[in-house]
Amino acid sequence: MNSPLNRHTNILDFALSSLLRRKSKNLSLLVVYTLIVFVIASLIFFVQALKHEAAQTLAEAPDLVVQRMIAGRHDLIPATYGEQISAIRGVRSVTPRLWGYYYDQVFGANYTLLVPENGVVEPGSIMIGAGVARNQRIKIDDMLTLKTSRNAPLLLTVQGIYPSSSELISSDLIVLSAEDFQEMFHLPPGQFTDLAVTVANPREQVTVATKIAELFPDTRPILKSEMLRTYDSLFEWRGGMMVVILAVAVLSFIIFAWDKATGLSAEERKEIGILKSIGWETSDVLQLKFWEGIVISLTAFLVGVVLAYGHVFFFSAALFEHALKGWSVIYPQFRLIPVVDAYQLTVLFFLTVLPYTAATIIPAWLAATVPPDAAMRS
Amino acid sequence: MIELANVTKTFNADKHNQFTAVDDVSLTIEAGRLTILKGPSGSGKTTLMALIGCMARPSSGRIRLHGISTSFFSDADSGSALDITSLPERFLTEIRRTTFGFIFQQFNLVKGISALENIMLPAYPTGESQAAFRQRALELMELFSVSRHAASPVEWLSGGELQRVAIARALINNPTIIIADEPTAHLDSKLSREFMEMVGTLKARGKTILIASHDPLVYDSELAETVVGMRDGRITGITGAA
Amino acid sequence: MRKSSIFIIVTAVNILLIGLLTVHARYSQAMAATALRERAEMVRTLQLTDLCLFTEARYTRNPAMADRFAPFQDHPGAMEHFPSGSLVTPPSKRIHEFSP
Repeated sequence: MNSPLNRHTNILDFALSSLLRRKSKNLSLLVVYTLIVFVIASLIFFVQALKHEAAQTLAEAPDLVVQRMIAGRHDLIPATYGEQISAIRGVRSVTPRLWGYYYDQVFGANYTLLVPENGVVEPGSIMIGAGVARNQRIKIDDMLTLKTSRNAPLLLTVQGIYPSSSELISSDLIVLSAEDFQEMFHLPPGQFTDLAVTVANPREQVTVATKIAELFPDTRPILKSEMLRTYDSLFEWRGGMMVVILAVAVLSFIIFAWDKATGLSAEERKEIGILKSIGWETSDVLQLKFWEGIVISLTAFLVGVVLAYGHVFFFSAALFEHALKGWSVIYPQFRLIPVVDAYQLTVLFFLTVLPYTAATIIPAWLAATVPPDAAMRS
Repeated sequence: MIELANVTKTFNADKHNQFTAVDDVSLTIEAGRLTILKGPSGSGKTTLMALIGCMARPSSGRIRLHGISTSFFSDADSGSALDITSLPERFLTEIRRTTFGFIFQQFNLVKGISALENIMLPAYPTGESQAAFRQRALELMELFSVSRHAASPVEWLSGGELQRVAIARALINNPTIIIADEPTAHLDSKLSREFMEMVGTLKARGKTILIASHDPLVYDSELAETVVGMRDGRITGITGAA
Repeated sequence: MRKSSIFIIVTAVNILLIGLLTVHARYSQAMAATALRERAEMVRTLQLTDLCLFTEARYTRNPAMADRFAPFQDHPGAMEHFPSGSLVTPPSKRIHEFSP
């Protein structure tokens, strides 16, 4: 039976035969194209999953963090600020936070020292993140020696290690008691790193922040929404790595398209002439070119996306690790929760499959309008 | 039967390089016969065949086809001839596909593709199921004894084999009319004789055959029933007309 | 087998794979829900503000708490030279911005 479906599969057959003629060229094209899709899709998966993680976990972050600024620098904040802030209408609680960074010269790592709100640890004991345990090669009940700001050794016993499932937030943490923190850094009395403020009604957060800024012009309130937004701008397109990746992807695509658009050789022209002379319509020729474009670009898209998913969610985005790690000594070992963003994948689909197919069809279109007797006359 | 009435084809009309390739030709080509257009190169044979084969439209005059049927026209329905002169491009393509089989001077086979696929090529856009025309293509390869080359790319084939593949391709859609343009120009005498034998086979199958040639092996062949002499776009003489 | 059938099968398998991966994503999300809740709980009790992604420099550990000019704070002529500085930036809009 004659049917349009037969016509499609027949022409697809010939498109595949036609592509297989230049096997190595088209195969390498497919490989490079797949690689581009793979890198971009990996980035999409990775960033989406990280954003998802940040949005879910940091939703529990303090509503407001109030920092004190002195001469444009983040400085210690007096506890008296907290007392006045807690008097503002709508503020439920104010907790002074004690935290800071510690650089371990022996192991070359930056740790985050943090005092929890309610004494989780006794003086002399600490809870550490899995990254710290890896870095120091210590386990529970081992001793960790830190050097205080007065150059005296401070010996602390590891009371517990946070589970590896929490590494994305806890990897470099050393959670210690306020007494040990004071022993370490000798802060002036009544001074804290910053203040965590809880607001009763989430809709009043901005109002409260404004009031705090008015009350204490030398402070800076940071809203929870701003903390969350920080991870929305992760891999901003203007950012270094994104620009490099996108530029490479776009440039290679332009090279392909250029090759396609200008690469309609005399040979290909002649072939189109032959097809026309043996009874192919212009639309048949265009369909042939359409399939040639689809075979390469759709396969590249699908394979690239599947590989990217495996890369990001089964192999923890191993290829991005070096970029993220930078010069860090502690790098969290984390498994991201898979997130598939259909919208972004659709955009990627249209950005990869459509232009390539168009770049295949358009030059052929110009050649396919030759009169059918051209092949006979030449 | 093909009827041509005062057919003229002018290229580059109204320009300084205006050129009339076919000049006021009236001719009747009988069904089931072998007709040969004979004449030197540039005499308008190829252009005339392109006009008959629905590849180009005449500048003036009429071409009528009798005894053909397509999806949009059936001879049996109307009992009259189909005038192809003023048909839109789409219909011309369909007539070309279903009614005519072409054999070109250069064979016009697609390189890098197997002989079998080359033979099937005209059938692809018809929408026929592949199984059906593949079977037909294999039978044609059998008929012309090139079966063993079915999977080989055409560039591995010899001149004679290419010729056979080209003929097989012309036959894949079961055309009623075969048009061959200087089919023996690139063949030696032995292969040319072989070609004429194959033409005999086609004729025996009831095909209408039209060959343009200036090769004596073709137009002096005993198979030739009507020989139309051409020069400068005009008919100089017809021998053996029915 | 026809080439077109092979292509259609390969494409169908690929699409099926993507479908399976979507199912895998749903399933993993469900499976990870408890761990995610635990992490959120930890963020709440320890009052954390950032993910522990970039430990290479002080100002990259908590980007939400930092300034855009943080890398230049040590000296006006200091250059940002930590790679993570190009990956994530401090919040771009603050209601009362102290940055220059």
